[in-house]
Amino acid sequence: MSIDNDTARRVAKLARIKVEEADLPALAGEFNAILGFVEQLNEVDVEGVEPMTSVTPMRLKRREDVVTEGAQAGKVLANAPDAREGFFAVPKVVE
Amino acid sequence: MTDLNKLTISDARDKLRAGEITSVELTEACLKATEDAAALNAIVHPTPDLALEQAKAADTRIGQDDAPDLCGIPLGIKDLFCTKGVASQAASGILEGFKPEYESTVTSKLFDAGAVMTGKLNMDEFAMGSSNETSVYGNAVNPWKLDGTELTPGGSSGGSASAVAADLCLAATGTDTGGSIRQPAAFTGITGIKPTYGRVSRWGIIAFASSLDQAGPMTKSVRDAAIMLEAMCGHDPKDSTSANLAVPNFEAMLTGDIKGKTIGIPKEYRMDGMPDAIEALWAEGRAMMEDAGAKLVDISLPHTKYALPTYYVVAPAEASSNLARYDGVRYGHRAKMAEGDGITEMYEKTRAEGFGSEVKRRVMIGTYVLSAGFYDAYYNRARRVRALIKKDFEDAFASGIDAILTPATPSAAFPLGKKFNDPVQMYLNDVFTVTVNLAGLPGVAVPAGLDSDGLPLGLQLIGKPWQEGELLNFAQAIESRAGFVAKPEKWW
Repeated sequence: MSIDNDTARRVAKLARIKVEEADLPALAGEFNAILGFVEQLNEVDVEGVEPMTSVTPMRLKRREDVVTEGAQAGKVLANAPDAREGFFAVPKVVE
Repeated sequence: MTDLNKLTISDARDKLRAGEITSVELTEACLKATEDAAALNAIVHPTPDLALEQAKAADTRIGQDDAPDLCGIPLGIKDLFCTKGVASQAASGILEGFKPEYESTVTSKLFDAGAVMTGKLNMDEFAMGSSNETSVYGNAVNPWKLDGTELTPGGSSGGSASAVAADLCLAATGTDTGGSIRQPAAFTGITGIKPTYGRVSRWGIIAFASSLDQAGPMTKSVRDAAIMLEAMCGHDPKDSTSANLAVPNFEAMLTGDIKGKTIGIPKEYRMDGMPDAIEALWAEGRAMMEDAGAKLVDISLPHTKYALPTYYVVAPAEASSNLARYDGVRYGHRAKMAEGDGITEMYEKTRAEGFGSEVKRRVMIGTYVLSAGFYDAYYNRARRVRALIKKDFEDAFASGIDAILTPATPSAAFPLGKKFNDPVQMYLNDVFTVTVNLAGLPGVAVPAGLDSDGLPLGLQLIGKPWQEGELLNFAQAIESRAGFVAKPEKWW
């Protein structure tokens, strides 16, 4: 499988990382080197093997669906690049 | 007394309790050593005021005979740990200015035990790297040099390794996703242990690949690793993968007696092109284990060669998901917007500016292997191969072995810049360590010798799940026989 510029552009878009057009060929080349390296996984017979979900045999714990620590809006917003009136502020999302 | 910063944790603990030294004196020695070591670029956010405040509190506590082992001990903390009110940015530009409002479970436990934090330590960005060269702070430098050439301290916990090897602190926290504690420990002549997955809480540690990440201590001796690991371990309801198991007294398990134990030697770890020095070191390690009364058996871990490719699917996949949170909204960097830019442009520009090239590469690889049409071919296949890698170890342990001995790294520390432009060559650094993360097992790197250039080399021991105490006992058998006392000549 060879990654072309279109695929590299699509992946960058999915990852929400801006990549300049001029940088796409180099990026596609890097993808190809890494994916070429992982290609050897196709040699392995995985017939009947379940994909691992948890490396230690344990059931995922659950907890009551209740507020444990609330009323900390100030702390939650303290590191925001733009916080106003108790909210995170972002550019217009809906036209 | 001079050079207090050169003490081990165990020696400092004994001197503190005997009243021979104070934590303030010990901490001041470490802060002074740090000031003099700017050339190593190991400590990127020094916290001298906090350290002295903690040291004074520790001295009061020691005076009241209420002193856990780590009380008054100056430690460095990897920048990946969230520390309340102190910069915590995973060596990334995207977390520029981030000061957490909370304390990670590990640092909470260390501080509850009376430990002193002298600063935050350099690392590869988001722990992605094997040379500390992907850091937004610039690379850390190994205190060991080769004919005047600056060497990498390894990565991702390169600042931790450099700081401990150069005696800037008595020990440090590290994290290990594919070898990031053990490889830098081996490159700098110190000890580092990655515990069993689930042993140490991940809460408040900035996530890279959640199914692989584990924190552990990086120390000057195996005994120190036992002491510090015990303080870091324990069940945490805030980490859903944290194991609800009692934490043994690891130090008390260092009996020195490993007679009658069986050590497996995996044939697949004999790599083509492995330097003679590594082969020789491994042979010496085998002889040391036999001298200690252990029996050696050859074992096979047939899927070893697929560990790195498996890792380079699983880890980027998890990273692409974990790092989706860096969107310029809640914390850290937000790009300047152009006229007419909407929220998508904000995300794309913020992430392009904030992430370094290796992080972008891995996030995009992860995005690709998880994308529609490729998920089964890459991600699910890798998870299947991971199950086989884990089964290799289960079969080996079921055959009656107690631990596995391997080299820690395929080479000694290499010059900075040498592998930076070839990602796949860089990835090969983790060839002996990455299997352990994929299988969730404990692994320890212990310094065992010098190569012909006078650079430190480490051996790795891999243990059964939850058997960190026994594993450290094996490591101490190596440590006491190797008699590794070499220190880098001070040039910084």
